[in-house]
Amino acid sequence: MAEAAAAAGTAAVTREAGAGEAGPGEAGPRGRLWEGLRGYGLIAGMWIRSTMTYRMSFLLATVGNAAITVLDFVAIAVMFSHVDALGGFTLPEIALLYGACSASLGLADLLLGNTERVGTRIRDGSLDTMLVRPVPLLAQVAADRFALRRLGRIVQGLGVLGWAVSVLDVHWTPAKVLLVPVMVVAGAGIFGGVLVAGAAFQFVAGDAAEVQNSFTYGGCTMLQYPPTVFAKELLRGATFVVPLAFVNWLPALYVLGRPDPLGLPGWVAFLSPLVAFAVFLPASLAWRAGVRSYRSTGS
Amino acid sequence: MSVAAGGFRRYATYGTATAAGVFTNTVFGFIVAYTYLALWDERPHLGGYDQAQALTFVWVSQSLLAAGSLIGGGFQEELQERIRTGDIAVDLYRPADLQAWWLAADLGRAGFQLLGRGVLPLVAGACAFTLALPSDPLRWLLFLVSVCLGLVVGFAVRYLLGLAAFWLLEGSGVNMMATVVTIFCSGMLLPLTVFPGGFGELVRLLPWAAMLQVPLDVLLGTHTGAGGAVRALGFQAAWALALLGAGRLVQSAATRKVVVQGG
Repeated sequence: MAEAAAAAGTAAVTREAGAGEAGPGEAGPRGRLWEGLRGYGLIAGMWIRSTMTYRMSFLLATVGNAAITVLDFVAIAVMFSHVDALGGFTLPEIALLYGACSASLGLADLLLGNTERVGTRIRDGSLDTMLVRPVPLLAQVAADRFALRRLGRIVQGLGVLGWAVSVLDVHWTPAKVLLVPVMVVAGAGIFGGVLVAGAAFQFVAGDAAEVQNSFTYGGCTMLQYPPTVFAKELLRGATFVVPLAFVNWLPALYVLGRPDPLGLPGWVAFLSPLVAFAVFLPASLAWRAGVRSYRSTGS
Repeated sequence: MSVAAGGFRRYATYGTATAAGVFTNTVFGFIVAYTYLALWDERPHLGGYDQAQALTFVWVSQSLLAAGSLIGGGFQEELQERIRTGDIAVDLYRPADLQAWWLAADLGRAGFQLLGRGVLPLVAGACAFTLALPSDPLRWLLFLVSVCLGLVVGFAVRYLLGLAAFWLLEGSGVNMMATVVTIFCSGMLLPLTVFPGGFGELVRLLPWAAMLQVPLDVLLGTHTGAGGAVRALGFQAAWALALLGAGRLVQSAATRKVVVQGG
């Protein structure tokens, strides 16, 4: 049943996109962006309708998605039933780190998480079908099997973040208040860049999708804990190599009024949006290079 | 036996996927190891483990994770898909028993992942941290027996989940909930001995404890003496038999349903 809905939806997407004012051939960069977003919306909508065929299963999956991340936090709470501070940080302080990074990852995962399926698409040859459709490939791949259940993680992350903000003993300045939403959105941008880079990597490495989990899910597990817990080399890697520290560590340290263990100045806390852009740009270039180098399996 | 070998070979063909998995398990191992170091620095002997034992827990968990399909994956999605599409009718015509067939295939898969994804992360962990790995070969043998029993318990639980597709048609929701429970109650998130009070005692009695916590305790030697080891393995064997039996009952109920539905 879902397959039938999917097939019907795909046909609709092709037809509507083809009938748009800006034909695929003459679209400028802005036209292409609009086309991409439109295509993304149509494909995502189709998958949402298809998911809703099995409402009970969708409900369980959404609750399960939130529950998986809740349990992460329960584990931290269980730790705090034995200790008062971990790496010198209290439970509300860790909740701030946890909530911000969980919401960021959830957001990136909802919008771009399914790009990791590109490896499967390359292997079974179904990427070829996508290439002939008049919607940018990245939009199609990102919206592929769009999973609304991932709202579960976002809601849960924002919930913990809200709790942390309400109980934290912080002297709130306008800059700090502004930094909290900026941290979540820019963090999602950084994770999104990692996801696109991971997808591009699959053009070269085939079925190595799991490597990007180290940086997304693994990165988020690391960022839940205060930077003081980890070895300096790991912190340097997370700041200068894969700049995950900008997802939440550096902004949150500023909000909490704590020094950075690497001794970076306070203003770096505000660099997250720039860093997100700096990650996304090479990632999207790598994606384009990957698509150019693509050779069909022929099957 | 040949089904198990097939399961082994099937996963062995994914070379880069295995390498990627080893990398991921190693990265997670490092991250979790540092958090445990911070925790056990504050509270030495938490949950009855010293620091080296806690770190051993981290790295051996990472090594067993793929084999036990503890964070999802495994065969039940495939079984559910076959039920949903009706291909299961073909399987039921085969001369082999359905449950035994899937068990063999899953043990073959687990065997490959134990070797392919288990050994390297543990070696990496042993190089970077001081672990409490036993030198007694008998303890390792008991550990392997315990791992095998844990794999069978894990299979039996996931077989029940797979069969649930006969009634639910679509299994991703149930699988998700099952993964939540498995991560939490197996000791993957935190050793079950760290869980407080009566709740801790309860989770240590559930079948998920048999998948990870018990094999690790056998390896770490926290069950003292021969009696302790026998009790640990007996606990696992009892759950394995009970759950496999439940799988049989559900299977016979489900196969009657197939006829009604017509595949």
